[in-house]
Amino acid sequence: MDSRLQIVAVLATAALLLVVLELVRRRRVMERYALLWLLSSVVLLVLSIWSGLLEQLAASVGIETPSNALFAIAFMFTLVLLLHFSTVISGLTDQNKVLAQRLALLQQRVSELQQSGDRRFGKPSGEPTHESNAPERELTRHG
Amino acid sequence: MAGNHFSHLSERCLAIVPAYNEAGCVGAVIESLRRHAPEFDVLVIDDGSTDSTALISERAGATVLRMPFNLGIGGAMQAGYRYADEHDYDFAVQVDGDGQHDPAQIERLADEFRRDHSVDFVFGSRFAEESGYRAPAARRAGIRIFAWLLSLIMRKRVTDPTSGFRLANRRAIALFARDYPHDYPEVEAILMVHAHRLRLAEVPVRMDQRASGRSSITTLRSGYYMAKVLLAVLIGLVRERPTVTPGDPAAVSAEHGI
Repeated sequence: MDSRLQIVAVLATAALLLVVLELVRRRRVMERYALLWLLSSVVLLVLSIWSGLLEQLAASVGIETPSNALFAIAFMFTLVLLLHFSTVISGLTDQNKVLAQRLALLQQRVSELQQSGDRRFGKPSGEPTHESNAPERELTRHG
Repeated sequence: MAGNHFSHLSERCLAIVPAYNEAGCVGAVIESLRRHAPEFDVLVIDDGSTDSTALISERAGATVLRMPFNLGIGGAMQAGYRYADEHDYDFAVQVDGDGQHDPAQIERLADEFRRDHSVDFVFGSRFAEESGYRAPAARRAGIRIFAWLLSLIMRKRVTDPTSGFRLANRRAIALFARDYPHDYPEVEAILMVHAHRLRLAEVPVRMDQRASGRSSITTLRSGYYMAKVLLAVLIGLVRERPTVTPGDPAAVSAEHGI
């Protein structure tokens, strides 16, 4: 690999590693999401510095220019990270749905209790409540 | 199968009405439910509407679950099933808030439960007999593909797996409260019922054209609908079932095999 290219590669991957570590230090990225990033940047850094290993690796899979092997590996890590995010987002979407459902159920319950309380303690009917007009039959049903 | 010994639907019944910006229609739906299915409590799921759907529903005497934002029909319906489960309802019928399901036809679904006490889940079909339902040709073709696929998978003839007009008993309610597909859930829900070895049946019903509002399935989205549901159905074939957590009540376990 061209020594200029190697210098750029080392600087770039070192910078990536430092940025990831700094983000973790500032708690901007949780450790569990930083692990894949750390692994990627460390592997890329090692391969940039240790060009002998990169050349061997490239030769063994038939890549003529070692730097292309570096790009290929970086690209592979990118794909893995993106896939990882899709799984994380799916989990969050599901949790978000459950929270929304729970919230709606609780909100309905609260307004129901609030109204039955208002009636029981003889608050004037004009008393403002947050949620209005749950039906009468609900009170006899659950109240 | 304890709990299914009943002669008529005088047990606790809930009509779940998912509604997203259906202010123009939901009042009439509730009114019609009151008239034609008075034994059903009415629960409107306001799925993050920006119009007065919730207010109109409350004024019409329905209980309203207000979703904090638009979850889509799957999340909204599951909230309804959770409500039914928590409030110990014996039966829950899904009636769309846009007026395309005629509450007078709930009787037809209920009749199936009276006729066959082992049934857990009944859905209304627009195509099982001549029903006057006129859908665009493309949609009919899509529905036919799903009907064919499901019939093949379940070894049981279904004609309208995309119908949202469905009646569930306690076991099916408990299943849906725990696990329900995210978006465009109708087809997958039927497969879930099948995979959990609950008994399902299809009965012919009439459906009206939409009275107002727009279907959640526009032409643009129907491609996504087909792709998403096909993926879900095919992946579902190799998914381990039941997917519910072990230790859940027997309602969703497969112990009463076919």
